[in-house]
Amino acid sequence: MSKRQMTGAEMVVEALKDQGVDVVFGYPGGAVLPIYDAIFQQNHVRHVLVRQEGGAAHAAEGYARSTGKVGVLLVTSGPGATNAVTGLTDALLDSIPLVCFTGQVPTHLIGSDAFQECDTVGITRHCTKHNYLVRSIEDLPRILHEAFYVASHGRPGPVVIDLPKDIQFATGWYEKPEITAHKTYKPRLKGDAASILQAVEMMAKAKRPVFYTGGGIINSGPLASKLIRDFVALTDFPITSTLMGLGAYPASGKNWLGMLGMHGTYEANHTMHDCDLMICVGARFDDRITGRLDAFSPHSKKIHIDIDPSSINKNVRVDLPIVGDCAHVLQDMMEVWKERSLKTDKAALTEWWKQIEIWRGRKSLAYRPSKTNIKPQYAIQRLYELTRDKDCYITTEVGQHQMWAAQYYHFEEPNRWMTSGGLGTMGYGLPAAIGTQMAHPDALVIDIAGDASILMNIQEMSTAKQYRSNVKIFILNNQYMGMVRQWQELLHGGRYAESYTESLPDFVKLAEAYGAKGIRCSDPNDLDRAIKEMIETPGVVVFDCIIEAEENCFPMIPSGKAHNDMILAELGDDGGLEIGSIIDEKGKMLV
Amino acid sequence: MNAPAPLPPSPYSSALGKSNVESHTLAVIVDNEPGVLARVVGLFSGRGYNIESLTVAEVAHGEHLSRITIVTSGPPEAIEQIGHQLERIVPIHKVTDLTLTGRAIERELAMIKVRGKGDERSEALRLAEAFHAKLIDATTESFVFELTGKPNKIDDFVELMRPLGLVEIARTGVAAITRGPMAM
Repeated sequence: MSKRQMTGAEMVVEALKDQGVDVVFGYPGGAVLPIYDAIFQQNHVRHVLVRQEGGAAHAAEGYARSTGKVGVLLVTSGPGATNAVTGLTDALLDSIPLVCFTGQVPTHLIGSDAFQECDTVGITRHCTKHNYLVRSIEDLPRILHEAFYVASHGRPGPVVIDLPKDIQFATGWYEKPEITAHKTYKPRLKGDAASILQAVEMMAKAKRPVFYTGGGIINSGPLASKLIRDFVALTDFPITSTLMGLGAYPASGKNWLGMLGMHGTYEANHTMHDCDLMICVGARFDDRITGRLDAFSPHSKKIHIDIDPSSINKNVRVDLPIVGDCAHVLQDMMEVWKERSLKTDKAALTEWWKQIEIWRGRKSLAYRPSKTNIKPQYAIQRLYELTRDKDCYITTEVGQHQMWAAQYYHFEEPNRWMTSGGLGTMGYGLPAAIGTQMAHPDALVIDIAGDASILMNIQEMSTAKQYRSNVKIFILNNQYMGMVRQWQELLHGGRYAESYTESLPDFVKLAEAYGAKGIRCSDPNDLDRAIKEMIETPGVVVFDCIIEAEENCFPMIPSGKAHNDMILAELGDDGGLEIGSIIDEKGKMLV
Repeated sequence: MNAPAPLPPSPYSSALGKSNVESHTLAVIVDNEPGVLARVVGLFSGRGYNIESLTVAEVAHGEHLSRITIVTSGPPEAIEQIGHQLERIVPIHKVTDLTLTGRAIERELAMIKVRGKGDERSEALRLAEAFHAKLIDATTESFVFELTGKPNKIDDFVELMRPLGLVEIARTGVAAITRGPMAM
């Protein structure tokens, strides 16, 4: 490809083409008009007009998470950039590769408090993996491609390119640079060979092992998911996963313990607590996972595989760190395992599985069914059963419904589950579903939502409609901010300050106002029929599922408690234990 | 059963760490581009780390490389975290904990203004000589001394000058380098 002369705005579009970007989520404004003009005059890159820039960021996240590709958004200066900040932070915490183009006032006006000026690189420095303010047209081609490299290599994350308007108009020479490495940013992919050998030897000796996996496996790509499945099959070790890692190992797999952590299963958390060897692959010992740190898996040796050295020993000190990409390290571990003909301790494993079966026997996801009210758990179970044979992608908002979705919707494949884990962003699910649908036009994309969360980005209904999306919005409607209400019950004597929504819209009429279909269901006996109607109705459908209002999300590790201090549903419901007394004073300080 | 492991020390929530504070000097090589210092300083404030001293200057004009020397304090696990968090910043080339590599030379430059007459004035001059401080400005009622040395040497000198009419101090912060033939 030879050098060609073009404007900065044209370079942006050219670089998108060269990077294989087919869709950009964005919202125009004064400081990005030249780029919009360049987009208008070509047919390679499609633009999806959102209704608020926050929607563009989450849509790009949904696109990225469901494809493994970089998600791209384009917003204007000032409020355009600040509206995108939540989505950028979300992508940083969940390691989602994004490139965000922000318009900026012309170079000579920077610092003058010009109209729609803000210090975008200053504001986004803390919520991006890296950011650039482009100061000359000569730098632009390099920055454009470097941004994609940084966003997608190593631990993925969001990158902002702030583009002053005069740079967009300026003319320069563009050529696709061949970036195969970065001057300073050199993530390590291969794990240290001696450590890998040590790791497999520890595995062969382990009597009570467990794989603890996370979003890093999904980010590493489909090969990592295949390898973890093979490794589990080879060793017969039990496996659990964080919220972000669901789908890497199939929920139907016999070694699957379910999700771990605050709302994880009894068997997953007890296995973690009592194990003697923990093999952490692409997870980061987040506080939702560990519970009380000084009581976290006290008797285990810990192996931690992570591409980001700063994740190692951050929250929990580990015995054997391996810095590298999950797929590379797992592959090497399996090769060494086979080369050395290592064997697991079968007798000990049999005993371990016996113990795990006892924990499984507690059936921690059991709930009391109802003939009159729809239980949220039942709603998700039915949704799962009626969609499991379809090409289905699930997004969520944040709260109780998110946890119920994680517990009762079972994922067989990676990249099928898009949720805001680290930042916990209400309003994520609908735009993320739109982004996912853009990447998978023929798939069934469902946003499992709550009545409060869905209102945070409800304007994106209009986007879904405009692009003839088939997104289904499945609202578990309890008229509460359910998780807030649950915590107020646990911590604040049941004083439900501002967690009840007095004037919810009629979601069926709201759907109709946006030109979509609305379905309401409050009868468990009618639920299957209604869900089928939702699936079979083309276009956007809002499903207003009226559920039992004060249902709590269990099991739960209360704040400040250890993995083996879980509360199960029976406790909460029977009133055998005063639920408000479970969390001690120290725990109340935690979130 | 294995013996229970000791409390897992975390740089963020370990009670252990609080009593265990060490001072470390980090040398950081960065691309000298706009915002790079803000990234480093922002990392420290955003994650709650301490900065005791920070110096920065371009050390390779052709390649636009700057060297940042940071003196920080915290429990060892926090210092380890700081190093790794710094390495995540894209325009950072290299981070070295000079305290861990051992025997690093640390120097700081200070300019100290003293105002006085009579005996105090001559006492200040005598002490400056003893400390090998350079006299770089003088009027009939004041001196400015330039002193280079370890930070505690400067502290000592400043304390001696205090009763003798200390007016103002400017310090550069610590610059540090390893001993021996090898680069960091």
